[in-house]
Amino acid sequence: MTNPATPEPAEAALVRRAQAGDLAAFEALTSRYEQRVFGLAMRMLRQEQDAEDVTQQTFLSVLENLDGFRGEASFATWVLRIASHAALKIIRKRKGLNTVSLEEAAEPPDNLNSIPHPEFIADWRQSPEHLVERNEVRRLLDDALTRLDAKHRVVFLLRDVEGFSIQETAAALELSEANVKVRLLRARLQLREELTRVLGDSERQLVRSPHPQE
Amino acid sequence: MKCEELLAMLNEYVDGTVDPAVCEEFEKHMAACNPCQVVVDNIRQTITLYKDGQPYAMPVTFRDRMHDTLRKRWKEKFAAK
Repeated sequence: MTNPATPEPAEAALVRRAQAGDLAAFEALTSRYEQRVFGLAMRMLRQEQDAEDVTQQTFLSVLENLDGFRGEASFATWVLRIASHAALKIIRKRKGLNTVSLEEAAEPPDNLNSIPHPEFIADWRQSPEHLVERNEVRRLLDDALTRLDAKHRVVFLLRDVEGFSIQETAAALELSEANVKVRLLRARLQLREELTRVLGDSERQLVRSPHPQE
Repeated sequence: MKCEELLAMLNEYVDGTVDPAVCEEFEKHMAACNPCQVVVDNIRQTITLYKDGQPYAMPVTFRDRMHDTLRKRWKEKFAAK
């Protein structure tokens, strides 16, 4: 992940120390990423107990597999990848579908005809900077996120909230980049639709009309 | 460029990874098509809202419990080595 705010050398040193058996270094790494893991799990699952389970499982798994971390991805990417798989596992369990994998649910990557067209089109009444402070907006965001299919939700969260690149998202979820792009587009469009229905200025709603040049 | 073609390129445009020639086409379309312009604005605002949203605070009691569990497991693991 390309995050200029992350002090990379310090992190690499912590990882090496943890790999050599330094508990304090491992705890420092855990403290650094536990809030992000918990946040991702809450947004995926919307249930505190489940999010706690995912967070603990993630760091237990980090502990067990620390030796296998070779630094190909950033440590944050590696940890959040483990967390997203743990969250998806809980979602599958909830549905009673222990055997359905993400890959089996793959969709034709180029089928843009199946992408739903925007329906409710209107400028928002307030800027995101104003909206983000409001508690009812938090609820609206969470509700809209919950209505996304889990396979779209996880892509949106990794790419747009956690700042993964398309390639990192694809690697983390073991999907093709084309598939990630289609899922991301679906997620963004569905969230836009739902948020605009509530936040859009209905008096200034726009209607699509065929363009004369088409 | 038609509205459908714009929709197909939306990710790349919003993420700034679109080819410059396509970008020009995209912007030409938006200048003449207000609904597409508004959809692009809405998408950007949607992403901003989620990215800058209030974080979830992890309960402190859970944090303490988890760190206890991790310390125990750590000691088992390294005692076994």
